[in-house]
Amino acid sequence: MSDIAIELRGIDKSFGLVHANRNINLTVRKGTIHGIIGENGAGKSTLMSILYGFYQADKGEIVVDGKTVTIKDPNAAIASGIGMVHQHFMLVENFTVLENVMLGAEDSQILNTSIAKARVELKRLEREYALEVDPDALIEELPVGLQQRVEILKALYRKADILILDEPTGVLTPAEADHLFRILGQLKDQGKTIILITHKLREIMAITDEVSVMRRGEMVATRPTGETSVEELAELMVGRRVLLRVDKGEANPGAVKFSVKNLTVRDGRGVTMVDNVSFDIRAGEIVGIAGVAGNGQSELLETISGIRKAVSGSVDLNGTPIDMTGNADPRDLRDRGLAHVPEDRHHVGLVLKFEESENSILGYHHDKRYLNGVFLNMDAIRADAEEKIKKYDIRPPNPRLRTANFSGGNQQKIVLAREMERGPDVLIIGQPTRGVDVGAIEFIHKRIIEMRDQGKAVLLVSVELDEIRALSDRILVMFAGRIVGERAPDATEGELGLLMAGVEDRKEAAE
Amino acid sequence: MSNPYAKLPGWAEYGLIPLINLVVAFMVAGLVVLLVGENPLDAAYHMINGAFGRGEYIGFTLYYATTFIFTGLSVAVAFHAGLFNIGSEGQAYIGGIGVALACLWLDQTMPWYIVFPIAMFGSILFGALWAFLPGWLQAKRGSHIVITTIMFNFIASSLMVYLLTRVLKPLGSMAPQTRTFAEGGQLPKLDWLLAIFGLDIGNAPFNISFLLALIAAFGVWVLIWRTKLGYEMRTMGHSPSAARYAGISETRIIIVVMMISGGLAGMMALNPIMGEQFRMQLDFVQGAGFVGIAVALMGRSHPAGIIPAAILFGMLYQGGAEIAFEMPAISRDMIVIIQGLVILFAGALENMFRPAIGRGFASFGQRFPVAAQKGA
Amino acid sequence: MDFFQTLMALLESTIRVSVPLIFAALAGLFTERAGVFDIGLEGKMLGAAFAAGAVAAVTGSVGAGLLAAVLISVLLSLVHGFASITQRGSQIVSGVAINFIVAGSTVILGEAWFRQGGRTPALSGDARFQTITFPFAEELRGVPIIGPIYADLLSGHFLLTYLAFAMVPISWWILYRTRFGLRLRAVGENPGAVDTAGISVIWMRYKAVICCGILCGFAGAYLSLAMNAGFVKGMTAGKGYIALAALIFAKWRPLNIMLACLLFGFLDAFAIRLQGNPLPLIGQVPVQLMQALPYILTVILLAGFIGKAIPPKAGGIPYVKER
Repeated sequence: MSDIAIELRGIDKSFGLVHANRNINLTVRKGTIHGIIGENGAGKSTLMSILYGFYQADKGEIVVDGKTVTIKDPNAAIASGIGMVHQHFMLVENFTVLENVMLGAEDSQILNTSIAKARVELKRLEREYALEVDPDALIEELPVGLQQRVEILKALYRKADILILDEPTGVLTPAEADHLFRILGQLKDQGKTIILITHKLREIMAITDEVSVMRRGEMVATRPTGETSVEELAELMVGRRVLLRVDKGEANPGAVKFSVKNLTVRDGRGVTMVDNVSFDIRAGEIVGIAGVAGNGQSELLETISGIRKAVSGSVDLNGTPIDMTGNADPRDLRDRGLAHVPEDRHHVGLVLKFEESENSILGYHHDKRYLNGVFLNMDAIRADAEEKIKKYDIRPPNPRLRTANFSGGNQQKIVLAREMERGPDVLIIGQPTRGVDVGAIEFIHKRIIEMRDQGKAVLLVSVELDEIRALSDRILVMFAGRIVGERAPDATEGELGLLMAGVEDRKEAAE
Repeated sequence: MSNPYAKLPGWAEYGLIPLINLVVAFMVAGLVVLLVGENPLDAAYHMINGAFGRGEYIGFTLYYATTFIFTGLSVAVAFHAGLFNIGSEGQAYIGGIGVALACLWLDQTMPWYIVFPIAMFGSILFGALWAFLPGWLQAKRGSHIVITTIMFNFIASSLMVYLLTRVLKPLGSMAPQTRTFAEGGQLPKLDWLLAIFGLDIGNAPFNISFLLALIAAFGVWVLIWRTKLGYEMRTMGHSPSAARYAGISETRIIIVVMMISGGLAGMMALNPIMGEQFRMQLDFVQGAGFVGIAVALMGRSHPAGIIPAAILFGMLYQGGAEIAFEMPAISRDMIVIIQGLVILFAGALENMFRPAIGRGFASFGQRFPVAAQKGA
Repeated sequence: MDFFQTLMALLESTIRVSVPLIFAALAGLFTERAGVFDIGLEGKMLGAAFAAGAVAAVTGSVGAGLLAAVLISVLLSLVHGFASITQRGSQIVSGVAINFIVAGSTVILGEAWFRQGGRTPALSGDARFQTITFPFAEELRGVPIIGPIYADLLSGHFLLTYLAFAMVPISWWILYRTRFGLRLRAVGENPGAVDTAGISVIWMRYKAVICCGILCGFAGAYLSLAMNAGFVKGMTAGKGYIALAALIFAKWRPLNIMLACLLFGFLDAFAIRLQGNPLPLIGQVPVQLMQALPYILTVILLAGFIGKAIPPKAGGIPYVKER
């Protein structure tokens, strides 16, 4: 018996061209809460999925409790005493708590016997860990906090000694999160080992014993929590990157072109994603929204571009107030001078099966210059596409090529060309350089600055802090659906990092 | 990850894979022929001879093909918007009402060239109406279009039995059909068209609606690839999220596309009613709506693929009759098997041979890297 | 008494026509609850009916016929499973394909093997299911009301008829009271939950599809070995689709399925009996309306005008592990 619960040695995993995990080493001691922190896309979830048998590592070794194991599927993970609480709960909504808990671990062909046993066991677990849930309640009728408790019970029911929680507080209210932490503390006292994956520094500091930081697929540091600070972790998470150099002059902000007023958005489950957000953008300035992915930026973008409906709130576009709870639709907003480069070009900004020229009119296909009555004016469309190809140096320069055959950077240029060349008054850009090669990044950044200098109001949302700092004239930080602070672009990374991690904005609190 | 299959060059994607799927379907059909103790090669000979051996046979082949072009287009148009319209059968059936009403009304007073466009309008109107409801139910109420259109096929069938036995049947007649139309309700044959090639059409009912089918095919091509509506349809079919981003109304597209699809299915009724039987009979559609599914899948929903696919099925229907004559063990139901196999291999199993072909290309690429790079 | 006799006859034929519907709808229940939609019930039933008729005619054994029906139907189910589970093809397209393949091959093979115009030879004696008469049925027939109900309505049906009705609680029990059923329903609602619980989604769905095959086999065997004395081409005549409608109408629940099938069976029996006779109070009702009523009711239900039919959440979607 060793006092090491899990040891990962040299884990490596790629998905196609994406190198999600690079040579990861990790040691988790028994009976501790071990935090794994990192930005979205740092490779945390992939690593844990490997540990739970969802994916196989390309290279590397997993040692559980002193024994080297192969975890080829979740079954093997369960057999090794590993349990996982997934970010999106793996629960059958129209089953009862009891049924969910025993699914896959029933000890008899006949349910009644299994149920009786499970009920007794569940009662015991509830008592031991103070995890009260009505065993006969339907999952769909439970609040998310309780659903998560069921997930924990599922793992305990399978006799898990090692519990992985993937972003467990993402869907919880602060009170629910506190309760969860108390439960985790209790589990630890009972000798369980807990791995907590999160991007929230507050949680790490509050309950972990040790913390490992991941960045871009690599494990960059492991620290005892008591010996580190929020500042250090924030810096490790974000990393000291080569500062992007973008030549840009002073901004000359003019009148307000676009304002968002008291916008609140909920998702399908009723969770508030954007919480009473208001801000203005002036002509000739770039406003950047910084934040860790998943803090409501996507929903904000989708709502102000008319794709998603708001619960309440409105926008002012060029002085026209538009109610965002009702009939605002993307076409109408476009007609009023708003252009939108969406975050997800593969599914939203482009139709990958279309020819390049067809994508160059997406959303603007009502425009008279592309039409002859109800017919598409193919000559005009292709000529227009060719012009954009030239101006944006899209390669290969073939308007008839299927969009899927362009590289990421060139696909992004197709979208940018379409949205920028319309001469909009307001330009909303989400993740302008995600999955884009270095050469194209520079080009895209230049174009964005040019738009500003032409007097457009630009809203930039990016999870790349460097990008936000290099391009923006003002930075708003979004956390948990709210704008938690505003900074000038020369604010330090540490300062922004703290805001992004949800640490209270001292300056504003002092006011 | 959205596309787990290797990217193939265009000719392999649109040529090789459908061809392989088709060949496999025919090979399995050949096994059935073997199973009933006949020689598949002989069967193939009789089939081709029966479909193309004489001017009259060709006329029949093209007569059937006409029907299948309409229904194939009907299914294909819906496919482009991401909708599976299994209801072309019922829409074609109901479309017949429009044709029959026009003929019953005008056949004794007007020449065919007046009746024909009116009948065409009627067929489109009735077919589109029958497709409107499933479309509306999908768009507004979320009912699954596949289930609803299946149900509407059966409802159409009952409705037509009622109409033909109670309403449209002439007094005193026993047969569930309308009266035979006068000359105004009979379409001229395309004997002159085959005569150009020195062929005699004989008794084949190959008629002017074939030309209408070709025009419709061209029209569908224009609609899909050259109009704003077609652009919106394809956007929705490929990526509903991109359609929402572009401000395209899903509700409107679903309803309009279903009506176009139903209209095309309805036009099918012109061919048998005004072109062959000169009256509307019970079950005149005879499964052509379902053949349309096979035709659309095989033709990859492109008019240029649908026309040859429809002719292929025309050949199966006409040549199948010849096989049945020469080989009594093989009735025309053989076609239904082939149709099912084509749907299975070109539709549900379309990706079965893809990984193997992809690997073939990949290993070819390794041996000849330069050629492969150019291809990519 | 005349009304009573008519009613008895009507109910008796309702039971007779409901049996294949119940089998087929329960078959659909098993696969659709596991997330595999199946519009190929019609084809499987037809293939099973043919296999049953052909094998029973050749061997003279009703048991062999039943076995052949189940085997063929399971085989067709596996084709559907291969296309839609393993190859992740469209479940709809695969179902349509199977319906056609079977519709054609039963006629071709039947004609080639038996040369009776697509029929299999008429069955008699041991080659066909015999009706079962309950004890004292004849003796009790004279007792008013209860007698005829016992002797004609309850007694005197085929073994498969009783099995069909027994399958309703049995299916319910399997789905709601066994481990297999729990996992099957889970895989149709959230395959991810099943996968993370360490159970194979693919294998689970195959098992469900096989269950569907077995039950469709019974439905087909009933048609050619019990209800009729042999196979007639196209003898399912849309019953597979009615069963599908009943399944939806019943909102994917076993007891409701029985009631829906009895309702649709009753409409069918009623339509046959009606044939031009006016109804009291309502007057003349076209037979065709009665025939179309199951479909019309299903459409109305699907549209959510009377309650809402919510299909299994993961239905129709091939399972792919999310990245």
